[in-house]
Amino acid sequence: MATPTLTQTVDLVARFPGKVTADERPGYSGFIVTKESLIEVATAVRDEFGFDLLSSLTGVDYLAENKMEVVYNAYKTTGGAGLEFKVQVERVDPIEVPSLTGIWRGAEYQEREVWDLYGIKFTDHPDMRRILMWEGFEGHPLRKDWKEAFYEEEIKPYKSRWPEGKHTFAEDRNPFHDNLNLPKDFDPEKYVVDKEEDLYASLERHTMKDEEGKMKTDSVVVNLGPHHPSTHGVLRVAVTLNGETVMGLKPVMGYLHRNHEKIGERNTFTQIIPYTDRLDYFNSMSNNFGYVTAVEKLMKIQVAERAEYIRVIMAELSRIQNHLIFVGMLINDLGSMFTPAFYVFEERELILDIFEAVSGSRMMCNYYRFGGVVRDVSDEMLQKIKDLVFERLPAKTDEVERLLNENELLVGRLKGTHVLSAEDAINFSVTGPVLRASGVPYDLRRADPYSIYDRFDFDVAVRHNGDMMDNYLIRFDEIRQSLRILEQALKQIPQGPINSQKPNYQIKVPAGEAYGRIESPKGELGFYIVSNGKGNPYRYHVRAPSFVNLTAIEKMCIGTKIQDFVALLAMLDIVMGELDR
Amino acid sequence: MENERLSLPNYNIPEDLKDVVAITTLDRLYNWGRRSSLWPLTFGLACCAIEMIAAQMARYDMSRFGMEVMRPTPRQADMILISGTVTKKMLPVIIRLYNQMPEPKYVVAMGACASGGGPFKEGYNVVAGIDKFLPVDVYIPGCPPTPQALIAGLIKLQEKIDKDSLKKVRWYNKEKKDGNYVPMPILGPDLIDVRRNAEIRDIAAAKTTQESA
Repeated sequence: MATPTLTQTVDLVARFPGKVTADERPGYSGFIVTKESLIEVATAVRDEFGFDLLSSLTGVDYLAENKMEVVYNAYKTTGGAGLEFKVQVERVDPIEVPSLTGIWRGAEYQEREVWDLYGIKFTDHPDMRRILMWEGFEGHPLRKDWKEAFYEEEIKPYKSRWPEGKHTFAEDRNPFHDNLNLPKDFDPEKYVVDKEEDLYASLERHTMKDEEGKMKTDSVVVNLGPHHPSTHGVLRVAVTLNGETVMGLKPVMGYLHRNHEKIGERNTFTQIIPYTDRLDYFNSMSNNFGYVTAVEKLMKIQVAERAEYIRVIMAELSRIQNHLIFVGMLINDLGSMFTPAFYVFEERELILDIFEAVSGSRMMCNYYRFGGVVRDVSDEMLQKIKDLVFERLPAKTDEVERLLNENELLVGRLKGTHVLSAEDAINFSVTGPVLRASGVPYDLRRADPYSIYDRFDFDVAVRHNGDMMDNYLIRFDEIRQSLRILEQALKQIPQGPINSQKPNYQIKVPAGEAYGRIESPKGELGFYIVSNGKGNPYRYHVRAPSFVNLTAIEKMCIGTKIQDFVALLAMLDIVMGELDR
Repeated sequence: MENERLSLPNYNIPEDLKDVVAITTLDRLYNWGRRSSLWPLTFGLACCAIEMIAAQMARYDMSRFGMEVMRPTPRQADMILISGTVTKKMLPVIIRLYNQMPEPKYVVAMGACASGGGPFKEGYNVVAGIDKFLPVDVYIPGCPPTPQALIAGLIKLQEKIDKDSLKKVRWYNKEKKDGNYVPMPILGPDLIDVRRNAEIRDIAAAKTTQESA
């Protein structure tokens, strides 16, 4: 049941002569748009050509050419290939590019991220503040000439470690003997700490009067998190409340910003794989999958047949355990402490056992390699997976559904709350189950098939109300579809080699760029990679579904009750490792 | 009071009093009470927090050892598990939580990141180990440590508590009135440890002379 890939060519150059040129650097594709006509071209891309979903937006610092580039990847929610366009600006501060938030609201947080990490200012952006680092932090870390405090060398392997291995401690090399990078003549006692006034100013405040206009009441600012039992990690949300009603809301993130991209650009291509495990730490298999897909696209290599099947089996098992935990955690946040979580974690442990047996680690699997996977799956293990997939998991999914779905409290809390319409969901670049629950059947496994998903017979789970109840139920639909894929994959899996390439620590990737994306359990997981032909990526960007999906949270929450907000956070299924990277 | 750890050996208790009398030291009684109900703070940072949750679930069942009552507020907690990468942005929050915890309090560094920065040590927003700021009682290796490793680490903490003595514990020390108060670091151009203010100023000034020379 293959979906034909829609390869209709979009010729922006013919449509906008003089304003758009084709990107002719070797290995590159897409179009380069002049800064002045960006808004005009982007509007046409959305309205005339029908690319309604802005998937990814990121910056690249071409230091040698003295240029900064902003890369946009737009797709159609009806499926098919994407359109990539770029804006290049001189690398002289202040660097300014028009904001696209007026066209795709989903650009909001991604543009803030580019401002934070690259120092590219987006004009007419509604809320241009730093997003991952704090206000007052010195410099824009992803610029190629910005060096971290523990900087050793541009790229790995570092000469101090290999081949001789005379390592010195990073603390000994730094003048402050710590991970510190302070400007010269800095005096800590005279420093004035940022009071986050900008954040609170960006929140909508209201002063209300009663009917006779006599009594004035003020709204209250409340900070939820970063230490809060229901924020699923270290997310902080600043809220203004009128009684229990949310009037304004801003998420504050970066409390788990582990500098994935900076470290990734120093690493070799293979060294990045274990780091991707730690992005969405529930689904290390899916993260590996996305990253190797992007690099394989750049290397133009085939994946061994058996490995393709193993990849799909592992990714779908990962999806099942992710959705099971989702159910446990959602209901935990709704107040039913632990009991449902006990049920779902039991199944998760069985899936983790399989991961541990094949890869050696329960959570951080580090299992996929370019061209295949790292170890074979034994017949004994395949039998175990079959037992799970054909017998235990379908029965247990039914059991969990039977226990919960008609529970009056659950239905009462979920039904009709936090409705996200299909138009809004697309405009906010929301992907994954949350998008499908609002009635858009957009699943990359069908819309833009990667790996061997075009060989399997399955339905794209879709629900139409866009409320929390549909968001909850769609997770069970997806588990069922994953089980269907698994059943077919387990029957069809052939014998043969598990990697089409020779095992190699250092691979050379041809120069060029690639944007590879997969349907991770949380949404569209994309990797934008630029290679300059060496052993390390020049640019390594993660388009994290949790991060982009969160853009819609303001829209969904304003006017609702604060108690439901906790449930909404669980429903968006965010994971901080991926959100903050 | 049949707990063998609690009763001192070699004391002859008459047969008919064996069920009602135990002879022990105050230290032992005190430690026995502490060790058997460690209340951790519900506090997760990153990947390790997921294994922390898994350790509480049916398969590993941390509550067998009397350490499962997770408290969401630091004011009711005995122990803070630093379960994941400590970032500079998060550190002031962690320090504030620690300062809000009442004594006696313990710190467990779970996983490579909390112990020494782990795979993310070189990152510009990462604190290379929580022990630069908080006194760590137990380090648990692993990335992430399995639930078994976590439980083993917490049992180590219990063993450490067994060795406490009322005479020596810091929370009854009159000279150290503020206990283990850690001054809050500030987020400036980079994370600034206020205990090192003078030193930092000198090094920053030396940086200038070096560059002009």
